[in-house]
Parts: sequence; structure tokens; C-alpha cells
Amino acid sequence: MSDYNAFRSRIIQISFAAAFLIIIIQLFNLQVLSGKYSRMADDQAIYRKVVYPSRGIVYDRDGKVILDNTTLFDLVVIPSQLKGVDTNFICRVLGIDTTEFRKRVVNAIVKNGRYQPSIFQGLLDEVLYARLQERIYGIQPGFDLVERPVRKYPYEAAAHVFGYLGEVDPKFLENHEGEGYRMGDYTGMTGIERSYEKVLMGERGIQYWLRDKMNRPTQRYEGGAFDTAMVAGSTLYSTIDIELQMLGEQLMQGKIGSLVAIDPQTGGILAMVNAPTYNPTLLTGSQRRQQFSRMYVDPTKPLYNRAITGEYSPGSTFKTLQAVIGMQEGVITDSSGYPCPGRYNGCGNGKPGCHGSGHSPDLKSAIAVSCNAYFAHVFRKIVDQPRYGSVDSGLTVWAKHMADFGLGHRLGIDIPGERPGLIPNSQRYIKTFGPKWNSCNIVSVSIGQGEVNSTIMQLSNAIAMIANKGWYYTPHVIDSIAGGDKFGLLTKYKKKIQAAEIPDHMFESVHEGMDAVVQGPSGTGRRLKIEGIVMCGKTGTVENSYRGKKQRDHSFFAAFAPRQKPQIAIACIVENAGFGGVVAGPIVSLMIEKYLHDTISKPRIPWIERYSSMKIIPPRVQAEINVQDSLRRMREMERLQKSMQKDKQQATTVVMPVGKSKLAAAPTPALPAKPTDTPFSPRGMASFLLKDDLYDLPNRQRSIFKV
Amino acid sequence: MAQHGPIIHKGVNWIIIWLYIILVLIGLISIFSVEYRPNMDFWPSITGLETNYSKQLLFFCISIVMGVFILITDSKFFAATANLFYALGIILLLATFVVGKSIGGSHSWIPLGFMNLQPAETCKIFVALALAKFLGQTETDFRKSKAQWIAIAIALTPAVFSILQNETGLALVYFAFFIPLYREGLPATYLVVGISLAVLVVAALLIEPNTLFIILSVLAVLSVYFLWTKIKRNKTILLLIVAVWGMAIGLQRFAVPYMFEQIMAPYQVERIMSMFEKDYVPQDPTKVEAFIREKEKQGKTKDGEKQENYNVKQSKIAIGSGGFLGKGFLKGTVTQGDFVPEQHTDFIFTAIAESFGFWGSALVALLYLALLLTMLNVAERQRSVFSRVFAYSTASVIFFHVVVNMLMTMGLAPVIGIPLPLLSYGGSSLLTFTIMIAILVRLDADRQVVLR
Repeated sequence: MSDYNAFRSRIIQISFAAAFLIIIIQLFNLQVLSGKYSRMADDQAIYRKVVYPSRGIVYDRDGKVILDNTTLFDLVVIPSQLKGVDTNFICRVLGIDTTEFRKRVVNAIVKNGRYQPSIFQGLLDEVLYARLQERIYGIQPGFDLVERPVRKYPYEAAAHVFGYLGEVDPKFLENHEGEGYRMGDYTGMTGIERSYEKVLMGERGIQYWLRDKMNRPTQRYEGGAFDTAMVAGSTLYSTIDIELQMLGEQLMQGKIGSLVAIDPQTGGILAMVNAPTYNPTLLTGSQRRQQFSRMYVDPTKPLYNRAITGEYSPGSTFKTLQAVIGMQEGVITDSSGYPCPGRYNGCGNGKPGCHGSGHSPDLKSAIAVSCNAYFAHVFRKIVDQPRYGSVDSGLTVWAKHMADFGLGHRLGIDIPGERPGLIPNSQRYIKTFGPKWNSCNIVSVSIGQGEVNSTIMQLSNAIAMIANKGWYYTPHVIDSIAGGDKFGLLTKYKKKIQAAEIPDHMFESVHEGMDAVVQGPSGTGRRLKIEGIVMCGKTGTVENSYRGKKQRDHSFFAAFAPRQKPQIAIACIVENAGFGGVVAGPIVSLMIEKYLHDTISKPRIPWIERYSSMKIIPPRVQAEINVQDSLRRMREMERLQKSMQKDKQQATTVVMPVGKSKLAAAPTPALPAKPTDTPFSPRGMASFLLKDDLYDLPNRQRSIFKV
Repeated sequence: MAQHGPIIHKGVNWIIIWLYIILVLIGLISIFSVEYRPNMDFWPSITGLETNYSKQLLFFCISIVMGVFILITDSKFFAATANLFYALGIILLLATFVVGKSIGGSHSWIPLGFMNLQPAETCKIFVALALAKFLGQTETDFRKSKAQWIAIAIALTPAVFSILQNETGLALVYFAFFIPLYREGLPATYLVVGISLAVLVVAALLIEPNTLFIILSVLAVLSVYFLWTKIKRNKTILLLIVAVWGMAIGLQRFAVPYMFEQIMAPYQVERIMSMFEKDYVPQDPTKVEAFIREKEKQGKTKDGEKQENYNVKQSKIAIGSGGFLGKGFLKGTVTQGDFVPEQHTDFIFTAIAESFGFWGSALVALLYLALLLTMLNVAERQRSVFSRVFAYSTASVIFFHVVVNMLMTMGLAPVIGIPLPLLSYGGSSLLTFTIMIAILVRLDADRQVVLR
């Protein structure tokens, strides 16, 4: 019996020990052998919070801050903690009703869940922020105000230079893997914000937080031992002269065109003006999306960086380059002359015609009066040189010279989106005219018409090269980076580009001609003279057509000053504004005076007002604007009509419960808009709108071109 | 002895008392680590009785008073009043149906104003006493099956009430009383049959019915093959094998599906299934709806069907992420993030395992084993059957709790919601185990006296 009991007691002891052995084995298995659980624990419990550095700020050449940061506030909501929050107050301050309130809360729950903060209204303006901040204790913890750094533009100018920021998209994340971007981050989309993103963005800091099962961060992981501090973005020093830039934007307003001013000594861009432009602040606030889409569909294309993407025929300004190449190739000298009977007869068809007539005794006067026949002659002589055998290879040589002036290819400036322009080659003409084409086929190229295209940036750079007598630095906006250029972003802008040794005297004679354009008695730009400055300029009047229909000429002007030791080179186009000396010329002249003298002389101050109030919107663009306006008006009308019908229906149901249909037509509510007798059908409305526009259009155009 | 005044220390087993104190202190620290956050004030939260660890500290004080009170009680008292207490326990269990209150889905609590009493929990003491009393009586002949069935009835009656009160976990604990019964001579057949049944039920759940059918048939054929020489001598063995095979098939094909689909509530089935990391959807379409509604009520449908496994998954993550050395006290990320549900009660072990790693959790397991083996040792040296049965009962109940709870947190046993003795938060539980251990120590101190 006792043996029997001892046996059972032993069995029980062994079972107990065995059970605990299983426990310890399983513990060992989970805790020591299996590594996945600690990874799972980290994944669910450690929250990697990215701390955003402020983006780098930008100075202009005089040390003024032209691109800065400011802090706006987002109103965020945590839906799970809304109990007891004064929602009426929120609705009142934000001007929304309770349905909208509920909709936003539901949206927040859908987006980030009940326990995570979601943006209820982003980027509050100061007034809203102040009103909410005042009563913050009444709305916490369901609501909170969260800091959000945004860009600030102290001068509200140079929008296209800076560019704008935008949220990264999945494709961007794919292309920039491993650079620390995440969904919801902002990055430079255009302008220097984009090209200097690497230095402007700084380094994001990372904080490790513990979070609970509701994903709420609760405390710092290990007291912040693994955190990395954020590093603010580097400061950039730009070559922009913000006052010059603002003057340019003022002068160009109401027109379509662009203007680029370069410091020839350094290649630094002093001003890059596009017209129309926009206030860069519009793309930072809570209305960003609406503003963007509004500008995106605007027919005048304010978002479009014309200075580097607009490809225009360079027009007569091109003649200065033709002159240099002609001398280089030895087909003319500065004293070569050519008779001009009012047209070029070398090809037998009298094209191109001339602005005036008379003999061009030498290069200087040919440039000064912008003689088309002279340069047609020069160009044909260049490409038809017997030593090159054929016009094909002659043109190739010519194109090579043009490339040396920075035309026909992207310059590589530090603003993205540049277009290459076009210097045609022989293949192109073989395609157009067949293998037996000759120089007469392409004679319009000689005066910067025809197939030749260039951007204002390229033209301005070519003028800088002429001013420098044969060399240039690639134009750029950023001169230096605080803390050094770690990524080599600026290296190529420090390299002097000089393709060929061209004797100074060849440029001298071109300078002579450009001098005479302004200072000469019969120069095309003699009105543009600036007291105390010797300015070398060249007018351009560019024929152009839109969808095969000839449009009013573009007004061009390119200049550099002073003639000795040039400090500014500038090119400007105003679309469909006519003769070069009329609109583009005065603008350039004022810009040069402002830059070199820092002020505008008294007698010329009225000019600023005159040219900045000048409105030149090409008729084709105006027509598009009108179509858009009338479409918008029509949509408003339809909406109005619909709401009226709805009212009417409600009214009828209330008024006549008996069902007498005659009564229904009786109350016709008066229209708040244009009163009219015609019954309201969408068709009728469209017709009166159309009529209205037809009458309106010529009137508006007339007023535009009165100036 | 009694007339000289109570002498507590004489004959008292200090090893058990020290192990008890150490384990309760570990429990207090663990509950503290589950609840405490760096931004809390330390002292007010202890004295204010607003936190669980401060309440548990109070329960500990009450337990000590209770324990001391028991230690100065004459051991004859327990033998004398055993049946009375058992009757009281049954009455309390019955009263629960009338005046009871539901907490967390189980209708097993009696509100007492200052605390809630769970009779199914306290009844363990009374069953242990009653069983000891019954088996200790000289007139009981435990070799007779009548006595065996009476003993089983004493042990399992509270279990039946418990199941009716929707407290399956506690009901299962009463099966631990089979261990003292086995020690006292209950034929092993009961256990073999019981365990085989359990294995068969689990197999029926896990293995595809036809596969299991083949396995069972192969087993039957194999046993016939190996027992062939015996069968030739005695044909009844063959008959027996065929009968067992038939019963097993019947159980597998009809009884288990019937039990799981018809008798048990879907959530209970799901808990058992979740242990094996299987998803469960009731086969009866009318029940599916109720099942989903029940889940919604518990807020468990949000992340899909896998929610029921959430407890076990988080518990395993907490334990597994502790590693060998642990993350350090108050540094457990899973604990600090409240990821493990019911961590201060049933899943308190995860807090220890996360903070102190393998060495810490294994140490706790070994402390329990030491306590249990000491108790078994103590049990065997008793002269009276009463004391021995009571000691075995106490050790077995604690054993069952500890092993099932730990295996449950590690995903090797279903989540049946029984606390870890002495460590888990809860006044009823702590007091029950304190009383059992105190009585055991008191009885052991008087081991020379024969009690009946």
C-alpha cells in the first residue's frame, strides 16, 4: 500500500515538474529562439516621428531676405475626444454649419481614424488663428492648433524664380527612395525650390516615441537616446536684385511677355520677369489648391515661366550675332556696306522687306537702322562660302557659331524647365525643301525670323556675351550657399565659357552699331537714351502668326550698359505690342537706369506709370478670356435658374394643393441678374450671352490698343 | 496547546510563507509596471487607492490579517466545519442565480457593497476542505466505486454551477481535484479515459473528419494486430476494441460537432479554436448572425476575424520581445502601450516576461514549482488523511491555475480566463489562495495531531 502510494506521489511530482519544463521550454522558444516578436513589438509600439526643419532662406544681392519662412497653424481634430467640446464655437468662427462640421469629422475618421489627429482646417489665417487661440481651452482636447512652417515672400515678387512647393506624389517617392521623403511631405516643384531642394530642405530630425494600442504617442522612447536632431536648410545668397525685379514686374504688368537681366561679369541673373506673373503667397495658404487651379486654366498662363520656356523668333536682335559671325567668317568687315532699296532683291522676290530704305554704308549703320537687306546679304554670304562646298555644310558652320553664343541648346541655368530653342540645321531644310535647297529658301533666318527660335534667357545671355566680347558664365540665380556647396550644385556656374577666340575689334564694331541704335541720330531706339549712361541696344520687331493667322508684331529689345565695362545685359519681349522701340525698349531702358543709377531720373518717372498701366492682351488671348468668362457666367445663371425652379416647385406644392395647373405659371420670380423679357431657357440665355460678347469684344480690343 | 495561547511560529513551514510573500510582491511590482506611466505621481497613486496596484496592496494587507487569523486558529476547527462551509459554498453558488450580478459576461458575482464576491472562486477552499473531510473519515472506503463517485461529485458540483454561470474557466479548475483523488487511490482508468476523451475532442476539432476516421481505424487495426495473441485467448478484447473504435467514431462524427455547434456558445468555441490559431465561423447560419452581433458588441469586428486572436498575439509579442535579458523595469513597449488586454489580471505574466526576459520569467516559473513541490513534500509527511488531501488539493489547484495561465499567455492553452495565483490583480483570487495556503501551513504545523 505504501509503495503504491509512493509511486502515485512520485508520478504527481514528475507531472508537476514536466508541466513546468514545458513552460520553460516554450518561454525559451518564444524569448530566445524566436526573433520575430521583438521586431513585431517595435513595429507596433515605436513611432518614428519626423521633425521638419525650416527650409533655407534666400537673400538678394544686397542682403535683403527675399524668401523666408513663417508659421501658420492647422486646426486639427481628434474625433475620439470631441465630447464636451464647444462645437458651436468652432462652427461660428470657421463659418460652417453643423452638417459641414459633421462631414469634416467623418472625413477625418475615414482618413486617420478616431484616435489620430487629422487636419480639420489647414493653414488658418491670422484672424482665425487669433480667435481660436483665445478660446483654445474651450475646444481642447478634441481640437488643437498645430504649427506648420510655410514659405513667406517678403516682397511678394519673383514667383517664377523661387517656384513653389508641392506635396510629393508616389512617383516622386519612387524616384527619391532613401532620401527620407514620406507621403505628405512637401518638396520644391519648380524654380530654385526644386533645383536647390537638397540644400534648402535641411535634414529632417527623427524622434522615436512609444505609442499605445490606439496609436497615440505617449512618451519618448528611451528618453530620446536614439533621436537625431534636425538641421535647418542652408541659406542661399542669390544674384537677384529684388528692387529691379519688382520694377520689372511693375512695368510688365498687364502685358504678356518676359524680361531677363544678367550681370555679364558673373552670369548672375539680376531679374527674371514674366508677365503675367502671380503673387507667390497665393500658393502657400489654405486656398492653395483653388488658386492653383484658377491660374492653371487662366488663358494668360500666369504659372508659365516664359523667360525660359517661351520660344520666340529672336527678330532683329539676332542681327548683332549675324554681324559677329560674318566678321569671324571673313565675309564682311566693319566697313562693308550694302545698298538697301527698301527690300532685299538678292533672291529675286523682294523678301525680306525693310522698315526704311537707303544705303547702309557700313556695319554700324546697318545695325543702327536694322537693315534687313544688309543682314540677308551677310547671312547668304556666310552659308554660301565656296570653301565649305555646299550650303549644307555652310549652314552647319553657321549653326556651330550660333551654338557658341548659347543658342539652340539648353544653357543649363539653375531654374528647371528650360527649353532649348532652335537653330535649324541642314537636315531640317532637306526635309522641307528637298535635297536641292539653297540659301534663298532660308533667307528669313538672317533677320531672326523663320525657323530660328530662342528663349529670352538665351537672348539675354547672348547679349551678355556680346557685351563681354566673347565669353559668358552660365546664367544662374544662386551665387553661393552658406556652409559651402556640398553637393557641387554651383560648380558649373563658376566656369567661364568661351568657345572661340574672337578678336575684340569685331565686337567693338557691333558695340558701335548698338551704341548708335540708342545714341545715334537715326537709331531705332534713340528715344531710350539714358542721361549719363552709354547704352548699347538693339530693337526687334517680330512677325508672328497664330494658327496661320498673322498677329500683331512682338516687341523686342535687347541691350547692355554701360558700353565700357558692362554691368547689365538685358533682353525683353512684349507679345503683340508692335515695334521694338515702343514698348520693350522703354522698359529695358528704365530697368538699366534703375540698376545703374539706383533711381529713375525725374523726367522719366512718368514713364513708369505710363508703361506699367499699359494693357496689351493679344486678341486671341482676350477671346479665350471672354469665352471663359461667359462660360462661368452661364454656369452661374444655370445654377440660379435651377435654384429658382426648385423654389418655384416648392411654392407650387404649397400654393395649390387642389391641383389647378393654370395657377402654377402665375408667379414668375424676378431675375436678380440682367432683366430680360425672353423666357428663361438655357438656349436663350446662351444666345444673349453670345450677343453680348460679340458686341463687347471689339470695344475692349479698341481700348487695349489705344495706348 | 490552545490553552497556552496560539504560537504561530512553532512548526510553521517558513519556506512556503516566504515563497508566498515573494510571489505576492512580484505580483504587486508587476501590476505597478502595467499601470504606472512616467508622467504619474508615485505616492498619491499608491495612497489614493485609485490604482489597481494600490488596491492590490490593500488586498495584500487584508490577506495578511486573514492569514495570521487562520494561523492562530486551532486546526481542528477546519476539519470540524468543513461540511458546513461546503454547504455554505453551495448555497452561495445557488444564491448567485438569484442575487447575482454579471461582470464581463459571466453571471457569477455577488455584490457585497465594498467588493464583489465570486463564490465559484472561494468555493475551491470549501471543496478542498470537504474532500479532505470525506476522504479522512474512517468509514470511507475509497476502493469502493460508491466512495469514488461521491468524491467526484463533491469536486464537480461547483463546476456544474460555474458552467451554468457562464464561467467555464473556473469550472475547469475543479478538475484539478482529480489529482488528490488519484493520490488517494482513484483508479487510473478514470484519468486515462478522461485524457483520451480530451485528446479525441481536440483531434476532432483540428483534424479533418475523414483523415481522423482513417487514423482511428488504423489505430484500431494496429491494436488488434499487436494484441492478436491475447485476442485469440480472449475474444472480449476484440469486442472491446471494436466498441471503443465505434464510440470514438461516434464522438468524432456526431458528439463533438453537436457539442460545439449546439451546446457551447460560439465565443467559447472560438476561444478554443483561437488557441490553435484557427478561425471559427459557426456552421449554423442562424447562429452566424448572433455570433457577429456578439462580436460587434465587444468591438471586435473592426480588424476582421483575426480579432479574437488579438489577445494571444499581443501576449506572445510581449513575452517574445522580452528576449533573454528583458527590456528592463518599466521599459516594456508592449506593456507601456497597453497592447495586451487584461494585462493586470489574467495576462500579468506578460509584463514580467517583457520586462525581465527569459531569466525573469523562468525564475517566476521555478518559484512556483518550488512552492508546489514543497507543498507536495509537506502533504506526504502528514499523518492525517485530512491534512494530506487538503495539501494535495491546494497544490493541485495552484498547479492547474499556474500551468494553464502560463500556457495560455504563451499560446499553448485556450484563453479561459483564470488568474495567475498570487500575481494577478484581484481581491477574491488573492484572498482565496492566501486562505488555502494559510490553512495548509496551519495543518502542517499540527501534523502530529490526527484530524478527522
